[in-house]
Amino acid sequence: MKRSHNDHAGLIAPASAAAELQVWEALNLALNEAMAVDDAVFVLGEDVGVYGGSYRVTQGLYARYGEWRVRDTPISEGSFTGLGVGAALVGGRPVVEIMTVNFALLALDAIVNMAAKLRYMSGGQLRVPLVVRMPGGVAHQLAAQHSQRLEHMLMNVPGLRIVAPGTPQDSYWQLRQAIRHDDPVIVLEHELLYFDKGTFDHAAGAPPLHAAAVRRPGRDLTLIAWHRMVQVAQQAAERLAGEGIEAEVIDLRSLRPIDLPLLRESLGRTHRALVVEEDCRFAGAGAEIVAALTEAAFFDLDAPLRRVAAADVPTPYNGELERASIPDVDAVIEAARGILPA
Amino acid sequence: MNVADKKRLLREMLFARRFEERCYEAYVERKIGGFLHLYPGEEACALGVLEAARPGQDYVITGYRDHVHAIKCGTDPKKIMAELYGKETGCSRGRGGSMHIFDVEHHFMGGYALVGGPFPLAAGMAKALKMQGSDDIAICFLGDAANNQGTFHETMNMAALWQLPVLFVCENNLYGIGTRIDRSTAVVDQYKRVAAYNIPSAQEDGQDIEKVYKAAKKAVDHVRSGKGPYFLELMTYRYRGHSMSDSNAYRSKDEERMWSNRDPIIMLRDRLIEAGELTKDDFKAMDTEILDEIEDEIIAFAESSPEPRVEDLEKYVFAENDPWVYGGGR
Ligand SMILES: Cc1ncc(C[n+]2csc(CCOP(=O)(O)OP(=O)(O)O)c2C)c(N)n1
Ligand SMILES: [Mg+2]
Repeated sequence: MKRSHNDHAGLIAPASAAAELQVWEALNLALNEAMAVDDAVFVLGEDVGVYGGSYRVTQGLYARYGEWRVRDTPISEGSFTGLGVGAALVGGRPVVEIMTVNFALLALDAIVNMAAKLRYMSGGQLRVPLVVRMPGGVAHQLAAQHSQRLEHMLMNVPGLRIVAPGTPQDSYWQLRQAIRHDDPVIVLEHELLYFDKGTFDHAAGAPPLHAAAVRRPGRDLTLIAWHRMVQVAQQAAERLAGEGIEAEVIDLRSLRPIDLPLLRESLGRTHRALVVEEDCRFAGAGAEIVAALTEAAFFDLDAPLRRVAAADVPTPYNGELERASIPDVDAVIEAARGILPA
Repeated sequence: MNVADKKRLLREMLFARRFEERCYEAYVERKIGGFLHLYPGEEACALGVLEAARPGQDYVITGYRDHVHAIKCGTDPKKIMAELYGKETGCSRGRGGSMHIFDVEHHFMGGYALVGGPFPLAAGMAKALKMQGSDDIAICFLGDAANNQGTFHETMNMAALWQLPVLFVCENNLYGIGTRIDRSTAVVDQYKRVAAYNIPSAQEDGQDIEKVYKAAKKAVDHVRSGKGPYFLELMTYRYRGHSMSDSNAYRSKDEERMWSNRDPIIMLRDRLIEAGELTKDDFKAMDTEILDEIEDEIIAFAESSPEPRVEDLEKYVFAENDPWVYGGGR
């Protein structure tokens, strides 16, 4: 990851819609529009104001909306996230930015004990329209305390919705939808995707918040991925196509709930599937996906469901070790061969 | 502090400055990756405080801006540079990188990436040391912005409650990344914040190493004599951006100039020259010697060292693996 120099990005103009946008621009546009139409929406986080956000996602918002709606916080993740919960209880629509998922571990009390449970514990009286955005994933040599993918930890918590947009279009749609939602929504972003460019259609209608998307149709096997691993799966699929194997690539887009109907439909045609995940294998998101599919679609399967996942290690600093610790195209192809007919 | 000590400290500060500047170059050359947080401008803090303690014996812990603290504890700078290069000969065997220098032999207990994380670890070390009847102390260096974490307050309370032998050193460089302290912190004078826990504290000029040393001596004596924790705030400034990916534009040129006029190295150098203890040529010779050492020994070592082996990816996850059970390591 290369952070761009954005020391005063909060004071310059926000991004505007175009036929092509980078992921950060799409998120910025979504925030800007959500804030324009609803005074209850406000942003809270470290360096989101004058600085414009570590990844520019709040560019221009400080100048446009002022410090009450774009609030620079102290380094107090536990409490400013809790503050977001409190504001959501009385009509605010806070969008909390946590600089990276690694720091969200300090905010788990607010997220897990509070946000996720209040609607249920109050017998439906309370609602928590809170969005918590945070980037994660393995970037470039940021070492073990800055490279985690903690989706599995949050997935196990009833009451949280978790989305994982990987394209500009999805980033825009899903953030807009998340802000409108009356439940707490965790928006997981990926550090290496912010400056990825993609096509953008401002007028297109959004699919449901939790719908998965087929990125590449195929008949021989299904590759299930999200975030950056969608790109890895797509590259693997292209190489497999060179050998006459047609892999379908599904971008999950949401990790709780999961679009099981779409996965089942795909499996009903391909009868084989691999989950490709950047997170560690043990008790990861892939375990849930494989278990759910095995329970739901066992008799559609022609081969065991498999996972291509990261090694079960804290992420090493050394570049070569780091690369070896997460799945690459070769690993996906090798695993695909293992479940395809000889 | 006698003249020889002052000259040695001058050399240590200059070495620290040159070492960090060389890291900057190596980063630009892409020999070093990840996040790199440098210490120029703040040298007198770590070096002055630890001069008043027992470096290598007292237990030191800090954040990600950690190279100079480790050097003062006795870590071989070659091993630090090799770590930044991600090499197997690095002090953390290439697994940690710049933010995670560890050298247990010299009681440098680490650099940590999460702001505020080391506070309770320092208190924990102090508790164990006290239980062992040792008169070693724990010394925790962190930035000003770290004091807004819950761990700060929770740890201050326990450290005071149990009279733990821990010295907290706040390197107050006025910023947490791009946010100036008065925009993030209700009480700007950090030493005042621990009064709520009855912890004795002081604020000192962090650019004058002689003053730092004196204030630290008092602090260390207090802690070592069994009187409980102490909090020392040092007013300082980092010359570079927060990390390599920060261009620093949020600070005014005037402010930067004001601080560079109070450079810790220049101040001590000029004082020694004025006293007739050092000549400009002595200083130049010292600098040349340092630059040569860094190039010929430290960089050469890092360059020529081997990378870790990919087969060893899973080493050091557990003390020992239990490969017969799933999830027990390979
Ligand atoms: C828990 C946590 N939150 C946020 C960050 C991102 N971050 C890294 S350094 C930093 C600023 C820290 O400032 P300060 O404590 O004053 O130390 P300095 O860098 O100025 O030496 C922030 C916000 C982090 N590393 N950990
Ligand atoms: Mg600071």
